[in-house]
Amino acid sequence: MANVTLRNVRKTYPGGFEAIKGVDVDVGDGQFCVLVGPSGCGKSTLLRMVAGLETVTGGEIDIGGRVVNQIEPADRDIAMVFQNYALYPHMSVYNNMAYGLRNRGMAEAEIKTRVEEAARVLELSAMLERKPRQLSGGQRQRVAMGRAIVRQPKVFLFDEPLSNLDAKLRIAMRVEIRKLQRRLNTTSIYVTHDQLEAMTLADILVVMNGGQVEQVGNPLAIYEKPATTFVASFIGAPPMNLMSTRPEEIRSQLAGSAAADAGILGIRPEDFVITDQTPAGGVALPLTVEAIERVGAETFVYGSREQEDQRVAATPGELPPGEIIVRIPGTEAPAIGQKIRVAAVRSKLHLFSGDGRKRLEA
Amino acid sequence: MVEEEGFRRYVAHIILWIGIAIVAFPVYIAIVASTQDNALIANGQMSLLPGGHFFETYYQTIFVGTSGSTREPVGNMMLNSLVTALLIAVGKIAISIISAYAIVYFRFPFRMPIFWLIFITLMLPVEVRIYPTYKIVADLHMLDSYAGLSLPLIASATATLLFRQFFMTVPDELLEASRIDGAGPLRFFWDTLLPLSRTNMAALFVILFILGWNQYLWPLLITTRDDMQTIQIGIRKMITTTDALTEWPIVMATAVLAMLPPVFVVVAMQKLFVRGLVETEK
Repeated sequence: MANVTLRNVRKTYPGGFEAIKGVDVDVGDGQFCVLVGPSGCGKSTLLRMVAGLETVTGGEIDIGGRVVNQIEPADRDIAMVFQNYALYPHMSVYNNMAYGLRNRGMAEAEIKTRVEEAARVLELSAMLERKPRQLSGGQRQRVAMGRAIVRQPKVFLFDEPLSNLDAKLRIAMRVEIRKLQRRLNTTSIYVTHDQLEAMTLADILVVMNGGQVEQVGNPLAIYEKPATTFVASFIGAPPMNLMSTRPEEIRSQLAGSAAADAGILGIRPEDFVITDQTPAGGVALPLTVEAIERVGAETFVYGSREQEDQRVAATPGELPPGEIIVRIPGTEAPAIGQKIRVAAVRSKLHLFSGDGRKRLEA
Repeated sequence: MVEEEGFRRYVAHIILWIGIAIVAFPVYIAIVASTQDNALIANGQMSLLPGGHFFETYYQTIFVGTSGSTREPVGNMMLNSLVTALLIAVGKIAISIISAYAIVYFRFPFRMPIFWLIFITLMLPVEVRIYPTYKIVADLHMLDSYAGLSLPLIASATATLLFRQFFMTVPDELLEASRIDGAGPLRFFWDTLLPLSRTNMAALFVILFILGWNQYLWPLLITTRDDMQTIQIGIRKMITTTDALTEWPIVMATAVLAMLPPVFVVVAMQKLFVRGLVETEK
């Protein structure tokens, strides 16, 4: 039962490198907070600062109403699940889970109850005597979770816990983590670079870039109203199409609104429709189909615009300039080389200032 | 293994057998010689088949010693060698694992200079620093004692380096998980690092025990009393006799006895030893 509050948290390394440049986040009691961002954005560093594994060089970290900046990790009442699980290789599953409790001087009977309960929940009861190396990746992952659960901490910290698992297991474990967290109702902070994991797990999503928070909020709200072009292209897959509003073709369609000041226009692939009509106030683009990807339930159409070089390279620039992705349901798709027109309605347009740092409401 | 056709396989086997014979023959000679009558050996009429003095010779060697040069029973020499080798091996492991722990896991002033100081001593073998070492041991009145035999040989850059390299391969997350689990530095060392180092310690023990057992120059210098001499010194003293005949059966029996403990250690710890050298899984 605890809130976690970060107030203007900063981390500067002795060499002068500023890894975290003032972060404010408020995680409510029992909430699941996900820190997401590209590698090197400082999300893991931030988590490790909450854990007490990295020193805090500025600001305050508050867990359950207590500033913990100077408190040892063991005394912060947190439990952490590591990316490589960090199980003690020489200890049995039981001892791995019991170790932290023994160090706290808990009675052996109470330890036994807690470990067995956690093992039951995580379906590890048959493996308590095994060593970590005799377990599969998913089972090791569960033991790492069990080690966190038995502590009954105020806060769970997860550092990319699923990235060592294969895709199928990752999805299964993702659901399990969420269910477990709901039932235990323990405040959690979860770090990942996978935006899908972030979207599905989070109560509050924190999108980070370059040591700063780009946007905080409900995942769907962020998806619908990304605050910057970075967030727009990072959240959602395939990424949002971003293009400059400078060319006359687009400028003329946007006329008569706040859009006049906008420098960048963003449209999600799924918001495009292949049509010859132009919706009122919307935007239509002529495209030449370059490639088609059919994945079953949906099809991705990669098209290039007549005028190249109009697309703004977003920070994790995944598409070459001038290329537009359109996502259409089903498997019906135009042929490669065909000229098509795609359009999006007004309410689906995202407008940003020229530097991409500010969202403009149309 | 590649299956070779008959003839070539026999050739390979013959070559291997020749190799084994070259290595094993001197050992065989030592064993045979230790069972023969001294007069026969001295005349150069030693048979290549075992003689009939086995029990007699070994009894005399272990419990009585030679009648000439050194009258010390070899049993006592072996005890001295054993105590020395064990002290050196255990001491080296204990000291070096602790210093490696300090160097790898703690940030203290002059950490790197200290590491390099230790590292540089690798280049100074016992022979080079033998005079100052002797002086110190003599001044501390440790001549003719187990402390004098073992202490100066305990500090070990090699073992420190080996443990350092091993500790650096232990994932940092283990330390971090321990910190979150409430284990302090000593707890982490004792509960996690030591058990993980088990095979490395075993491998080192084998190497260091043999190293300690085979020490020659240092014991030669600092032991003057017969009852403190090690088996390696004993053999040497038995061979050099001024007016009497060298008692070859006893010398050979001593040599055979000197081989036994290292062989025993290697055989007993072989499994751990090999794992310690090749193991990478953490």
